[in-house]
Amino acid sequence: MSIDLTLIWALLIATAVLLYVLMDGFDLGVGILFPAEAARADRDVMVNSVAPVWDGNETWLVLGGGGLFAVFPLAYATIFPALYMPLILMLLALVFRGVAFEMRFRARTSAGELWWDRAFSWGSFAAAFLQGVCLGAIVQGIRVEGRAYAGGWWDWLTPFSVLTGVALVVGYGLLGACWLIWKTDGALQARCRSYARVLGFATLGFIALISVMMVIQSPPFRARWLTLPNMLYAAPVPVLLALLAWRFHRALGKGEDGVPFLCALGFFVLSYIGLGISMWPMIVPPSITIWQAATHPSSQLFLLVGAAVLVPVILVYTSYVYWIFRGKVRHGEGYH
Amino acid sequence: MSDLLPSALNLARFQFAFTVVWHFLFPAFTIGLASYLAVLEGLWLWTGRGAYLDTYRYWLKIFAVAFAMGVVSGLVMSYQFGTNWSVFADKTSPVLGPLLGYEVLTAFFLEAGFLGVMLFGLGRVGPRLHFVATCFVAGGTLLSAFWILAANSWMQTPVGHATSPDGQFIPDSWLAIIFNPSFPYRFAHTVTAAYLTTAMIVGAVGAWHLLRDRMNERARIMFSMAMWMAAIVAPLQLLIGDLHGVNSYHHQPTKVAAMEGHFETERRAPSILFGMPDADAGVTRGQIAIPAFASLYLTHSLDGEVKGLKAFPKDTWPTNIPLVFWAFRIMVGLGVLMIVLGMASLWLRRRNRLYDAPWLHRFAVAMGPSGLIAVTAGWTVTEAGRQPFTVYGLLRTADSISPIAAPAVAASLAAFVVVYFVVFGAGIAYLFHLFRQTPEAGEHGPPQGQPVRTAGITPAPALIDLAPETHRAEPRQAGIRP
Repeated sequence: MSIDLTLIWALLIATAVLLYVLMDGFDLGVGILFPAEAARADRDVMVNSVAPVWDGNETWLVLGGGGLFAVFPLAYATIFPALYMPLILMLLALVFRGVAFEMRFRARTSAGELWWDRAFSWGSFAAAFLQGVCLGAIVQGIRVEGRAYAGGWWDWLTPFSVLTGVALVVGYGLLGACWLIWKTDGALQARCRSYARVLGFATLGFIALISVMMVIQSPPFRARWLTLPNMLYAAPVPVLLALLAWRFHRALGKGEDGVPFLCALGFFVLSYIGLGISMWPMIVPPSITIWQAATHPSSQLFLLVGAAVLVPVILVYTSYVYWIFRGKVRHGEGYH
Repeated sequence: MSDLLPSALNLARFQFAFTVVWHFLFPAFTIGLASYLAVLEGLWLWTGRGAYLDTYRYWLKIFAVAFAMGVVSGLVMSYQFGTNWSVFADKTSPVLGPLLGYEVLTAFFLEAGFLGVMLFGLGRVGPRLHFVATCFVAGGTLLSAFWILAANSWMQTPVGHATSPDGQFIPDSWLAIIFNPSFPYRFAHTVTAAYLTTAMIVGAVGAWHLLRDRMNERARIMFSMAMWMAAIVAPLQLLIGDLHGVNSYHHQPTKVAAMEGHFETERRAPSILFGMPDADAGVTRGQIAIPAFASLYLTHSLDGEVKGLKAFPKDTWPTNIPLVFWAFRIMVGLGVLMIVLGMASLWLRRRNRLYDAPWLHRFAVAMGPSGLIAVTAGWTVTEAGRQPFTVYGLLRTADSISPIAAPAVAASLAAFVVVYFVVFGAGIAYLFHLFRQTPEAGEHGPPQGQPVRTAGITPAPALIDLAPETHRAEPRQAGIRP
């Protein structure tokens, strides 16, 4: 018998990307909420809530990119040139934001502080928007001839990819708001509840809109979602999403702290699974499957041996770091 | 319009050079600084002497900023293979992909995960576990260097693979790939260079403060430790560098010929100290040379034959020979100055005048950036010397590039230049601001000096309990207004 290494790797890299979206999603979301929270003390609390963990969160993006290079080189070598502009702009946005993290606490003038705050916030917006654009562009398909990208350098820009970009900004904003409900208290927490309510229903609206557009635009997606028996296998996703939306609404109403964040994570996980169902087994739609894109089996095996040991270890110590920094972040603490 | 632009290939090469040089400035400093921090914290725990903790905290603030810039500039590198060099990525991925994958899995997560604890967690986990976190971060930087240098060395001296019909490199022996012929030398040379880079910066900062107050205990610790490093490791680096050079001579003769400015193959080959290589004419003009010396250090015999560039087809010569030639001289020249600094410090230390010799302190201040410059020059030799190949002898740079249009590369290059100068320029300006701060008793690192970076437990009291004789009760607000 043989184990399908490629399948294992596809699941592993998909999980890495999902973990990235969930984890960097909430810390980008904190930056996205900056324009709504102008007070310095509140902004400090917001940044402090993610300061110890953002670096680790962003490492999942490196694993996503690095993993694609290592295991699915054909996907790496076609998707990246196709998304040249949005990817490079996204990286530059993350550069701004990453440095602003360290610098905003250290600014010596209020003008400097304002500009680092702007760098942090605009960087977060731009990174989120461009990630959504990349997602939309991939879903719409990438033109490949031979082993190379065959499209132009503006192909990624379409109304649909702009829509997915805006949707991801809203979605990350929701994750950020729910994270802050969990990690803060008082007036800031109360305001975050009202942001979460608006952003939550906007996110669900975008999920519905994009799902419908995908099904209308693409015959393969339509076949997957609207024909029997596929429809029965796929049906739990929207049903669970509806249940979760109801639970989210109730959690905000009852003033629960942690549940809204878990529900928001759930929205993302379910949408991601839905996307997986739509795209399977394509890694570069419409033409390249995971098996076509996969690297040599011995390379897959060599890295998988390490990943099998190291990924659990990473998850354990990442959880431990989150555990160390558990609890509410409050105003004024640490001043003296 | 596109006729006016350089080719996409040259733009992409320049973009890679620009981003990688910027990037490596930070790890070249933080690899050494992480180890230095681990040593300082270890000394603090071992001796209980508060000045070690103060020095630790002083450098921890600097580490946080430099490390963040290294992380974000490194993220750019891991995506640039795909955006600008997709053909290279596709062909080399079966070999290089897993090496970079292991770098992420073993090093990046370890560094990123425990950096948070290192910066903000002292009060939450206690000093011993915090020391473990510091060691993990330091170990992570070395693991990262291990994997990325294995990958780079394989590009210089590729072995352990086969080639598939569609031109991909297929792994044959992972041990042969990782421990390829140039890897041990490059790893030793690079890590040693990183330690020296850190020693030069730490030494310069210590010396600068000694020039203001020669009794400052923290500045004395910095300066003394940095000078030990210069005295012991700088001469060692000369030896490692020589071994690395001989290794390159065997595996990449065109690179060494360019470094030496040798066009003709000859016995009793001279070592050219200065001159101007002219690739078109095939001569090095205006030579000042030591007869037979190159034969001695490359073949270990005065009469040994040393191959010149003309022994190889011209289309395999490095594309910019004067760059390789001069970058090599800058690196070696700075290395020699580091040895002089180290020896001068030993001599003064023996005479108990280490903290009492302003000329030495001024010399050390001037040498502050020397490590960064030498590392940049050294990598210029390595990478420009590998041209015109990305995988030496096997894959040409011209055949590695993505199918992208020159205007796209030009636009992104312009964006990189603007953003890097603004963001990293501000970051580096801030590092200089930190260097200027006097290292005080009761020094506070990033977690303590700043508002609300930790919640629940305030770390300061715990530390005061641990080192009661050294800490004032009121924390100094490190550059932060309430």
